[in-house]
Amino acid sequence: MGAVTTKTEEVQENYLNAEYGWKSWLFTTDHKRIGLLYLVSITLFFFLGGLFALLIRLDLLTPPGDMMSSEAYNKMFSMHGIIMVFFFLIPSIPAVLGNFVIPMMIGARDVAFPRLNLLSWYLFNIGGLCMLYAVVNGGVDTGWTFYPPYSSNFSNTNVAMAVTAIFIAGFSSIVTGLNFIITIHTMRAPGMTWFRLPLFIWSLYATSLIQVLGTPILAISLALVAAERLLHLGVFDPAYGGDPVLFQHIFWFYSHPAVYIMVLPSMGVVSELIPTFARKIIYGYKVVAAASVAIAIFSFLVWGHHMFVSGQSIFIGMVFSLLSYAVAIPSAVKVFNWTATLYKSSVSFQTPMLYAFGFIGLFTIGGLTGLFVAALGVNIHVTDTYFIIAHFHYIMVGGAVMGYLGGIHYWWPKISGRMYPEIWGKLAALTIFVGFNLTFFPQFILGYLGMPRRYHAYPPEFEMLNVLSTAGASILGVGYILPLIYLAWSMRYGEKAGPNPWFATGLEWRTPSPPPKKNFLETPVVTWEAYDISGQPDLVERLHNEDRIYKSALQAEERKREELGVETPAEGA
Amino acid sequence: MAETLIADQHAHDAAHAHQFDDVEQQRDAATMGMWVFLATEVLFFGGLFASYIIYRTLYPAAFAVASQTQDIVLGTTNTAVLIISSFAVAVAVYGAQTGRRRTTIWALALAIALGVVFLVIKFYEYYQKYVDHHVPGPSFEFPAPYTEPAKMYFTLYFLMTGLHAIHMIVGCGLLAVMIIMARRGDFTREYHSPIENSGLYWHFVDIIWIFLYPLFYLIGRHLE
Repeated sequence: MGAVTTKTEEVQENYLNAEYGWKSWLFTTDHKRIGLLYLVSITLFFFLGGLFALLIRLDLLTPPGDMMSSEAYNKMFSMHGIIMVFFFLIPSIPAVLGNFVIPMMIGARDVAFPRLNLLSWYLFNIGGLCMLYAVVNGGVDTGWTFYPPYSSNFSNTNVAMAVTAIFIAGFSSIVTGLNFIITIHTMRAPGMTWFRLPLFIWSLYATSLIQVLGTPILAISLALVAAERLLHLGVFDPAYGGDPVLFQHIFWFYSHPAVYIMVLPSMGVVSELIPTFARKIIYGYKVVAAASVAIAIFSFLVWGHHMFVSGQSIFIGMVFSLLSYAVAIPSAVKVFNWTATLYKSSVSFQTPMLYAFGFIGLFTIGGLTGLFVAALGVNIHVTDTYFIIAHFHYIMVGGAVMGYLGGIHYWWPKISGRMYPEIWGKLAALTIFVGFNLTFFPQFILGYLGMPRRYHAYPPEFEMLNVLSTAGASILGVGYILPLIYLAWSMRYGEKAGPNPWFATGLEWRTPSPPPKKNFLETPVVTWEAYDISGQPDLVERLHNEDRIYKSALQAEERKREELGVETPAEGA
Repeated sequence: MAETLIADQHAHDAAHAHQFDDVEQQRDAATMGMWVFLATEVLFFGGLFASYIIYRTLYPAAFAVASQTQDIVLGTTNTAVLIISSFAVAVAVYGAQTGRRRTTIWALALAIALGVVFLVIKFYEYYQKYVDHHVPGPSFEFPAPYTEPAKMYFTLYFLMTGLHAIHMIVGCGLLAVMIIMARRGDFTREYHSPIENSGLYWHFVDIIWIFLYPLFYLIGRHLE
């Protein structure tokens, strides 16, 4: 709005080169820069959490668990869980990609409350520092679930500090969710109606609802644990007439929906990737959008399935079992609609699409095994075994992280203005897929055979599958380090990306890469339906032109090969 | 968080923030932001209310007996004080909307004063509990057979009214900022969302008390 400078000058200036120096980053209110700040923070936590995972897998390489004591092992899995859940997965897609693309996708200049947005990053880091303090000061050993009475009365580790860390980081999550809800409601560009919104927006809207409504409950449950530890109040302490299961109810009332905070955004990313790389409008737009909201609503009604063996009545167990099955419906609707979109489309297998395929496959396995554990009888058999570990890692790593990496690659040209190296991208995606399955598929079998979770030693007959799993984990680790290296490399040396390298239809692709500070040179007006390329004649024309260039390049290549085909043997001889 | 929300609005006041198309959009965003924030607050207290319901159901007799120890006069007075303060805030918002600056400032001052009265009475009640050995801890005393469940009652009492009191203190601070803004003449007939949203927050804290009062003072009193 109110463009003073000429157009060419504005094209050259972008959000990365508009200002320089650390102050321009640490005091920025630009949603794009805040997204990148989050990217740095959560990448650090991802590799820290990954380090703990590596140590866990190394310890489990041998049946007696030679590497560490059971106490040290308890701390390893607790800190792995806490860091990965609260300091990587929950902020991953919303705070990094959501911050970066939501305002652009809806045609806004920024989020509704830019300073609150920056505040959320600071809160996240203060929480993160508290957590790091707890880690270096001897760790935490309660598991990421903090069940009392162990966490409140018995553990001698930094429970209070870890709980404070999550409490603070929780508020950063609330602030982000609140900001997104208001932004999506009030800041849409002219013509951007609710049913023209990209599906990524729908799923992040649903995610934000969970963040805003669920996180305060987590905050209060953890505050009560801290009060019990520090002030010796006995809300969950049986000695004072309290009930430890009440904590489990309050905790899971947030923490089950939290699983959907992790996976819904990934579903949103996949809903962007599939229409883009299949060159087709998504099948059943409204149904996919509604499924996101339905998942958010159902997510609040299923928490009791974490307490099938906690002395809950059979009747309540049956109700929660039934409701848990119900979540499968909107989830399956999404999977079917993605596959239906692929039917008779022209798929191009670029890196983001590989991640999307990875997501669909792994999420389907994770989701279907979710039905196993939603069944009361099977649940009792596999409760607290590696079956559960494998199931939720298929959702939280196979689903959420695949979607996150797919999104990072997809929007990388927009974020950095450069393309990542395609061949390395594909290699990393395949490495991660293979490594992931090798790590976690054996754990389904281990769990089914009865290996319990959270033990640092196991009977020798489980050794083979554990060795396979550890081998897979090392492949997975390599797969995760690859993108870190080549994405950093591409920031300087990558091929320059145009505004829209994927021929994608979203508004974020109708602005230069990297985008100018205020996102658009002029406020966009939306006249087309979501994912409908025919609504953007300039894009259609470009597609035809580039197709023609591509075809003539192919023909030239072929002619050259024919010429060479005559000459090559002569040279060889 | 609410303060930042307001501060966010304040820095740009009438000249609207760059990310919004116009002042109306900005006002809609601020108001909706406050309502969503209050929704998170409802759930924040919700965990405690849920705990209260569970334990009240488990130990109805002990909770009724423990309720008898409350000073009904002080509790009722505090309820009246808060309702009047909410009325004062409503008057202040009306004053801002209609451009009556003096009304706004005096009504806000009255609301803060009543808020302080509430807190003083509350802390006097806490002191009484301390004297009566009703503070959960090593010195806690309550006649058998209700000792343990009564301790739970008082634990919840202190947690819930304590959390409410913290919100009252934040609310007083917020209203004080509104007085400063009103004195500076920041509010116009067109631009008054900070004071409206602070008012929403105050009413919300008030409503929490409207639920706490019967739960801790009234239910089971007739059993005496």
